[in-house]
Amino acid sequence: MSKHHVQAVVIGAGAGGGVVAKELSVAGLSVVLFERGDWVPYDAHDHDELISQRTTVLGNAYGPDDERYRRVVVNDDGSTSIVTPSDGAYNNVAACVGSGTVSYGAMGWRFMAEDFRMKSVYGQVEGSTLEDWPIAYEDLEHCYEKAEWEIGVSGDAKLNPFASPRKKEYPMPPFAYNNEARMLESTMKRMGLHPFPIPMLRNSVPYSGRPACVRRRTCCGFGCPLNAKCGTHNTVIPAALSTGNCELRTNCVVSELVIDGSGRITGVAYFDQDNTKQLQSADIVVIAASATETPRLLLNSTSKQFPSGVGNRHDWVGRNLQGHAYTGAFGLFEEDMFDDVGPGATIAVSDFSHHNPGIVGGGLLANEFTRLPYLFSGIRPPGSPPWGKAHKEFQRRYFRRNVQVVGPIQEMPFFDSRVQVDPGVRDAWGIPVVRLSGHRHPKDAEGCDFLSRKAETILKEAGAFQTWRHGSGIGLSGGQHQAGTCRMGNDPLTSVTDRYGRVHDTPNVFVADASLHVTNGGFNPALTIMALGYWVGEYISSQWQHGNRFT
Amino acid sequence: MDDKAGLTRREFMKLAAAGTGSLTLLAGCAGPKESRWVFLTEDDALLLGSIADQIVPPDEWPGGREAGVVTFIDRQLAGPYSRFQADYRKGLDAVTGTCLKIHGKRFENLPWEQQLSFLKDMEAGKLAGDAWKDGFCSRFFELLRNHSMQGFYGSPRHGGNRNYVSYKMMGLDYPQIVGQNRYRS
Repeated sequence: MSKHHVQAVVIGAGAGGGVVAKELSVAGLSVVLFERGDWVPYDAHDHDELISQRTTVLGNAYGPDDERYRRVVVNDDGSTSIVTPSDGAYNNVAACVGSGTVSYGAMGWRFMAEDFRMKSVYGQVEGSTLEDWPIAYEDLEHCYEKAEWEIGVSGDAKLNPFASPRKKEYPMPPFAYNNEARMLESTMKRMGLHPFPIPMLRNSVPYSGRPACVRRRTCCGFGCPLNAKCGTHNTVIPAALSTGNCELRTNCVVSELVIDGSGRITGVAYFDQDNTKQLQSADIVVIAASATETPRLLLNSTSKQFPSGVGNRHDWVGRNLQGHAYTGAFGLFEEDMFDDVGPGATIAVSDFSHHNPGIVGGGLLANEFTRLPYLFSGIRPPGSPPWGKAHKEFQRRYFRRNVQVVGPIQEMPFFDSRVQVDPGVRDAWGIPVVRLSGHRHPKDAEGCDFLSRKAETILKEAGAFQTWRHGSGIGLSGGQHQAGTCRMGNDPLTSVTDRYGRVHDTPNVFVADASLHVTNGGFNPALTIMALGYWVGEYISSQWQHGNRFT
Repeated sequence: MDDKAGLTRREFMKLAAAGTGSLTLLAGCAGPKESRWVFLTEDDALLLGSIADQIVPPDEWPGGREAGVVTFIDRQLAGPYSRFQADYRKGLDAVTGTCLKIHGKRFENLPWEQQLSFLKDMEAGKLAGDAWKDGFCSRFFELLRNHSMQGFYGSPRHGGNRNYVSYKMMGLDYPQIVGQNRYRS
C-alpha cells in the first residue's frame, strides 16, 4: 500500500504529540499522527487494581505489553538486566492514544518562573548540568493558558501566592476538598502555610461537551469511567481528527527517521499494525515519543552524516535523564480520615517549591490520590510485620485512618544518567532497545530529606499519633515524569534542540515532549509538556504559513 | 464460587436441560478426580491454602484460603505468572520436603504455631537444604507473600478477593454507589 506524502508526521499521541497534531492540522497542514498503542477505554480494565498504571503486577493496562517490549538496565555493579514494561525498572510511559493523560492523576501544574532559570537563581551545582532554559516562563505563559482552556483545568489560581503571574483564570472552578484536605487546610493555615486546591485536568463542572466528575475512586492509574478527566485523547486529538487534515495511525511503531543522501530527513520508517515495514514521507518530523523513546529514535537513526544518531553530534541525545524523587510522610490517626471521595488528592502547598535555605529548588506538597486495598498492603510503619494477623489488622484499622503528604523533588540534571540504545538487545520488531544507566545527583537526597521533614511536621501538627517519612533512594530516575534527554538550548554544543524544539543539526526535525525539559520543576510535568506542544506547534504552523518549508 | 466453576456449572445445566447430558458427563462432573486447578496439583492447593491462611489469617473476616487466594495464584501461574511456574514447583516441593524432614509432617498438617515459625524462618532465609540455597528461601517467601496479598486485596476478576471480602473488611463499598453512600451515618 502506497503512503501519500504528508506535510508533517508526529510520533507519539501523548501529552505533547496530541497537541502538536492538533495545532498543525488546524493550521491546514496534512498530518499523520503515529501511536504505537491503541485506544484504551476504561471498560477494558475497569477498576482492576492489579492491571492499572499504579500497580502493574498482572500487566500494563495502558501498554506497552510485556511480550514485545523490553529494555536493558545497567546495574550498579556494571552488569545488565533485561526488563519488561510491567517492571518498575523499565521506567514505562503508557502506550495508548493519549498515553499517560488517560490514566494519570491529572494534576495540571504550571512550572514557576524560577523553574526555567535554575542556574541563574541557584548558581552552578557541582556535578550537575543544571542550566537555564532558553525560554522563560513568560514565553510559555500563553501556551499554559491554551492548555488550560483547550484541554481543561479546574482550580483557583488566586489562592496560591507563589504561582507565577497569569493573564487568565482557570476555565473551571476548583474541586472541593475531601475530608482529609479539610483537616489539612486548617492545619496548614495554623502553621502559616498557604494551602490551595490542586489544579486538576479534570472537569469540576461540565466542560467541552463532557460531564463533571462525580468523584469515584479510580481516578489515578485508571481511565475515567465518566470521561470527566481531560487528556489529549478526548480533547485535542479528536479536534485534530475533525479537521480532516490529520490521520491517526494506531498500533504503528516508528523505527527510524529516513535520511537521504544529502543528510535531509525525508520521513519515517515504521511497522504497521500487521508488523509490515512501511515508509511515510513528510516535510516535517515531530518526535513526541517520551523522554526515553524520543532519544532512542534519534539514536537509532544513523547515516553517513549522523554516525552517532540524528542530533547527537555533540553526544547530548539521551543525556540528563531525570524524573521526580517522590518524598513525604505518612501519618496514622485515631479517627477516620478517608471519605472515599475521589480523586483523593485535592490540597497542596507551594511554600517549599523554591528559596528554601540550603536546598536547590524544592517541591510541592499535596495529599495523596485514593489508594485501593492492594496498594495499601505495601504501606506500614517501619518495623511492622508485612504479613500475618497484625498486618491484616493494620490494613483493616488504618486503611481509612492514614494520610500521606507527598511531593516531587526537583532533581538536579546529571549528565551520566542516560538513555542509550543497547548494542545487542532488540524488541519484537528487531529495533535496538533503550539501555538505561546512571543514578540521581546527591543533592536530590538533601531535597527529599528537607521536604519529607516538612510533610511529617504537617501531619504531626494535624494530630497524627504516629508518622514516618519516605524518600526515593539514589537510583536512576525516570518513571512517568521522565524528562531532559533532548534538552533545548541556545548553544548547539550543549543542547539537542533550539528554543523551538528544532533539532540543531536538522532543519525539519522537532522534539515536542518532556525530553526538551532542561530542568523538570518540582511539579507534575503534564501541563508543561502540553504547553511545550503548543509552543512547538505554534512555531511550526506560523512559520509554515509564512512560507517556511524548513528546507 | 468463582466465575470459572460457575460457568462450567451453567454449561452443564444447559446441556442437561437440552437432554444432551449423558451419564458419563454427570459422572465426570461429580467425580472426585476432576481437578479444580489449572496449574496446581491437589496437594499443592492444600499446601498453598494453608500458607495463604498464614499470610492473611482468618479472623472475624475470611482468611486467604476462603477469599480465593489459591484460585488466584493457580490462574496467574497459567497466565501472566507463567514465569514463576518453576519457582512454585521447586518451592512447594521444598516446603513439603523440609517439613517432613524437620517435623515428620506435611506443612498443612502442622499446628498453627509451627506453621508460623516455619514461615518466619523461610522469610528470614534460614531454612536449610539444597533447594533453599542462593537466596531462593526468602525470595520464594516474598513471592508467596506478594501473590497472597494480590489475591486477597486485588480484583475478584482474577479468582481471589471472593465477594469483595477485603473491600468490605476495609469499609469500601462495592459496588460503589456515589451519592447515596454519603448519607450513611
